[in-house]
Amino acid sequence: MDDYYEPWTYDYENLTAAPLGDDVPTAPPRSLVDGRPTAVTGGPNWDDDLGGGPAHLAGDPVLRKVSDDVRLEYENAFMFYLPRICEHCLNPSCVAACPSGAIYKRIEDGIVLVDQDRCRGWRMCVSGCPYKKIYFNHRTGKAEKCTFCYPRIEAGEPTVCSETCVGRLRYLGVILYDPDLVGEAASVEDDRDLYRAQLGCFLDPDDPDVAAAAEASGVPHDWITAARRSPVHALINRYRVALPLHPEYRTMPMVWYIPPLSPIVDALAGTGNDGEDAGNLFGAIDSLRIPVSYLAELFTAGDPEPVRDSLRRLAAMRAHMRRANLGEPEDPGIARSVGMDTAEMQRMYRLLALAKYEERYVIPTAYSAASGTGGDGCGCSLDTPGGPGMMPDGSSADAFHAPPKPPPQAAEPVHAAGPGGDDPPGRPRRVNLLNWNGHGRPDGLFPPRPQEET
Amino acid sequence: MKHLNITLWGVLPYLVLLLFVAGSAWRYRYDRFGITTRSSQLHESRLLRVASPLFHVGLLLVVGGHVIGLVVPESLTERLMIPESAYRANALAVGGTAGLAAVAGLAVLVWRRLRTRAVRISSRPSDRALYPVLAVVLVAGLVATLAGSRSGDYDYRLGVSVWFRSLFALDPDVTAMSDAPLTFQIHTLAGMALFALWPFSRLMHAFAAPVGYLVRPYVVYRSRGSRVDPGPGSGNGGRSGSARAAGRPAAASHAFDGQRRG
Repeated sequence: MDDYYEPWTYDYENLTAAPLGDDVPTAPPRSLVDGRPTAVTGGPNWDDDLGGGPAHLAGDPVLRKVSDDVRLEYENAFMFYLPRICEHCLNPSCVAACPSGAIYKRIEDGIVLVDQDRCRGWRMCVSGCPYKKIYFNHRTGKAEKCTFCYPRIEAGEPTVCSETCVGRLRYLGVILYDPDLVGEAASVEDDRDLYRAQLGCFLDPDDPDVAAAAEASGVPHDWITAARRSPVHALINRYRVALPLHPEYRTMPMVWYIPPLSPIVDALAGTGNDGEDAGNLFGAIDSLRIPVSYLAELFTAGDPEPVRDSLRRLAAMRAHMRRANLGEPEDPGIARSVGMDTAEMQRMYRLLALAKYEERYVIPTAYSAASGTGGDGCGCSLDTPGGPGMMPDGSSADAFHAPPKPPPQAAEPVHAAGPGGDDPPGRPRRVNLLNWNGHGRPDGLFPPRPQEET
Repeated sequence: MKHLNITLWGVLPYLVLLLFVAGSAWRYRYDRFGITTRSSQLHESRLLRVASPLFHVGLLLVVGGHVIGLVVPESLTERLMIPESAYRANALAVGGTAGLAAVAGLAVLVWRRLRTRAVRISSRPSDRALYPVLAVVLVAGLVATLAGSRSGDYDYRLGVSVWFRSLFALDPDVTAMSDAPLTFQIHTLAGMALFALWPFSRLMHAFAAPVGYLVRPYVVYRSRGSRVDPGPGSGNGGRSGSARAAGRPAAASHAFDGQRRG
């Protein structure tokens, strides 16, 4: 508990129940673990925004690796956020560590989930995840983790963290990969090769052979088209600006990051140079406030080249678009110097700066995965008996999701079964009597009376 | 007295067995979510790190000793030319040590549960019922082992064990048990209480032994369609084997991407 923080609440009742007096009543903090008054000394996001920075800086394992060439002038550093969610790894160590086999990776979309009915509280996953993204619920005695908002993803909607991101900097999309290559890629000798090894697992959805093989193995057609339009595929494979977080953990993480181009333009302009000029920008990358070697420890296990390439592309895009916006003639040399052409540069700019909702989140629905078959594969995964997806009025998940777009060749989705059509026909309705409070007559406890049948 | 003996040693074991089997099946079917150790490591780990292995390893050895003592008849060890004295010495040394370890571990664990406020608050009523019974079982068993081996006047392998085996022959030998010393009877009764409590307490976690982990692939893949229904009548929920077994040349995965500009 000391490694995390003690959960607490405030004694709000004291605000209204305190006896009349001269002092304004307060709501003192109370521990949620044992109910006693507590002194709050830590919490979620406690150290955000440089809080506790000097205290934790010395323990930064990344800094320790690069500390020779990094000055710890903290006020000089450029702060950047690194929002972290579960990486939904290709080679998930939490799954491998689970003695009960409760954690699994979904075949369809690669989301890593905890089966709460199978979890027996071994807590091996908590120590097994190098990203520390599995949590132990001390009340239920079960492991919990990011679900990638799978009911939303299945309905074709982005995760809440992506949708609500104010900076609109999260992108979601499909990546096709070859699971047979994962084990090999995860075991390459040199940590620095892991980034390229993981790139080698990804398949090019524009390759007709890949598309045919994917379709043959049951990947729906609209997933393949979605993979072609995938912004993540573009950022990772086409533009090569996105990099994995800590690939040296060898779990093949699937949440990738575009390294930050810290504010160098102003710094360059301050020295009397043209801060937007491509040549100047390229030269400045090696003297960024956040050193490339630091970013390399984060994203490529210490190999500065991919980070430098990514930053150079971002800088080149900046110089290119500045010329375009000022009406100056295009300089194809800028794009060529980072291995791109001007059209590609324009597309990358569009994706990074202008992309609309549909371009940032290209998510095929799971409904079409069972297209034509119907039955159990369809419907929301929360629609288990007694599950949170069971709306009391039988309106099913339509109240929660946007109705799925019917794929062209698909049979009618279950959700279009009409009002009250919450049960597929021919399937006896089940009532969990353990959840019944003993009052009233739950629907489906008895077969419908003759006069109720219409 | 005769009727009491028949009730205790002829009827009660079957009721307990029924409760144990049916209760476990019920729990597995309707409360799979609740089957967990409800670990309190998060609240207190210093004492737990020592006491938990001490208790559990001791208990596993004790259980193994019970299997040998109850299931293997004395005639078999005699045929294997194991002298009675050697058997007794072994039972005293190994069984006594294991029992002592289990009792010591349990003592620390109970002390921890009572004295650590967070652990005490997270305890459930079933824990309050379970720990005294567990303590009685262990202490009575330990006393019986130590006292019985020293005096050597009662051979449980000719009494309790005979009764135990006769239960499964559906012909309970009531007199074999009713003639046993009081410590053995207390130990047996409390043991039956333990089995009766089993399905309704944290003892269910004994069934969570990760045997499947030895043979399963490291990474578990499961299809969205094969989800486990928490309600009755599901029965499916097998996993779909490894990616290799599934033979998928291309699976799809989402990725997500943070981007920031300076």
